[in-house]
Amino acid sequence: MSALLLRDMRLAMRAGGGFGLSLAFFLIVVVLVPFGVGPEMGLLSKIAPGILWVGALLACLLSLDRIFALDFEDGTLDLLATAPLPLEAVVSVKSLAHWITTGLPLVLVAPVLGVLLGLQSDAFYWIVLSLLLGTPALSVIGTFGAALTVGLKRGGLLLSLLVLPLYVPTLIFGAELARRGIAGMDVGTPMSLLLGITFASIALLPFASAAVLKINLR
Amino acid sequence: MSLWEYANPVKFLSFSGKIVPWFAASAAFFIAVGLYWGYFLTPDDYKQGSTVKIIYLHVPAALIAINAWFMMLVASLIWLIRRHHVSALAAKAAAPIGIVMTLITLITGALWGQPMWGTWWAWDPRLTSFLILFLFYLGYVGLWAAIDNPDTAADLTSVLCMVGSVFAVMSRYAVLFWNQGLHQGASLSLDKEKNVADVFYQPLLMSITGFVLLFVALVLIGTRTEIRIRRASALLARERG
Repeated sequence: MSALLLRDMRLAMRAGGGFGLSLAFFLIVVVLVPFGVGPEMGLLSKIAPGILWVGALLACLLSLDRIFALDFEDGTLDLLATAPLPLEAVVSVKSLAHWITTGLPLVLVAPVLGVLLGLQSDAFYWIVLSLLLGTPALSVIGTFGAALTVGLKRGGLLLSLLVLPLYVPTLIFGAELARRGIAGMDVGTPMSLLLGITFASIALLPFASAAVLKINLR
Repeated sequence: MSLWEYANPVKFLSFSGKIVPWFAASAAFFIAVGLYWGYFLTPDDYKQGSTVKIIYLHVPAALIAINAWFMMLVASLIWLIRRHHVSALAAKAAAPIGIVMTLITLITGALWGQPMWGTWWAWDPRLTSFLILFLFYLGYVGLWAAIDNPDTAADLTSVLCMVGSVFAVMSRYAVLFWNQGLHQGASLSLDKEKNVADVFYQPLLMSITGFVLLFVALVLIGTRTEIRIRRASALLARERG
């Protein structure tokens, strides 16, 4: 399992792996929003949690088709499916690799981009915390979407259409957690709901992903 | 004699062929009576004026929009467990009807909301969850359309339907948490003493009955069409091969 994890991470980080791509996309989204809504810092810092969350979500979406597509094309996925490791574990490891190479960097650069949006220093904590708790769910849900569309030729657009509605609860609770934390309100409810979604997704969705992957490899 | 006999496409075709005209005719009758009664024979509401009459389209369409997804979930489960092709095709046939009903609900709701709330759209929990439901339907239909092999498509869409159901319910409660809205509570429920006033209630029941019958008739017709498409493509494949 760790060999697979290391392999996936290495492939993602090397040239053509798209490691920097989603980060650059995240940067561009955050830079473009002030051009769209105007440079007023008060307004920007108010909508910053939402922008950062939507930006992270879209950046995550952009990198999803890489989870399985290349392995499917060169036949690695067939080998992994026949390997002694259960397919559910393969899927989980691939989600984890995706999170380490996409979700975690997004979490880490979010405060830096928060500066551009006029976030106060105590707001960084809540942005990082909410993204840290929420992005694993984005990776796991995205892996399910990627497994659904792996054999398709024009899968990219369909993948977005399938995955975006599934992201709605995570986005709502994640952004709400950040917003409430910054406003100094009680965060217990959104945090426990966000954690619930993340842990339930990690625990259950790999089974669904493995099932659809088996169907697609048939 | 059990329900599963109709999993046989031949039996299903002959039986559904017999009952479809009855469902279609009674749907037309109930909708016509319900709408005529509702539009011309009931008084205007003292607060809402004549806009209240949108209810005769809005509520039945919303009811079908939600229950169509539920029917797809049941049909998907039957497909995954018992591998009856008719069931998978019925789920496929229900999805476009669900899309149309969701659209009708959203559009009539916007038309109703404009004079009453002063806005076409609000990020209210009910409105938002219907918009999300619409996206789920689009994804489901998109996945059906994208896959060539019919059995693979049926399997994948069934799993999507199951996972999607969980997330749709979660979204429903998530938006409820996010924003308490403008929309009133449920118009109808079985355990409530008083529903909407009787003058509006009876034609509404007629209209709902009509919409349910219409849904059944449309699903049956859609499933019959899908079975025939499947047969035609099998014949074509045989000729080519």
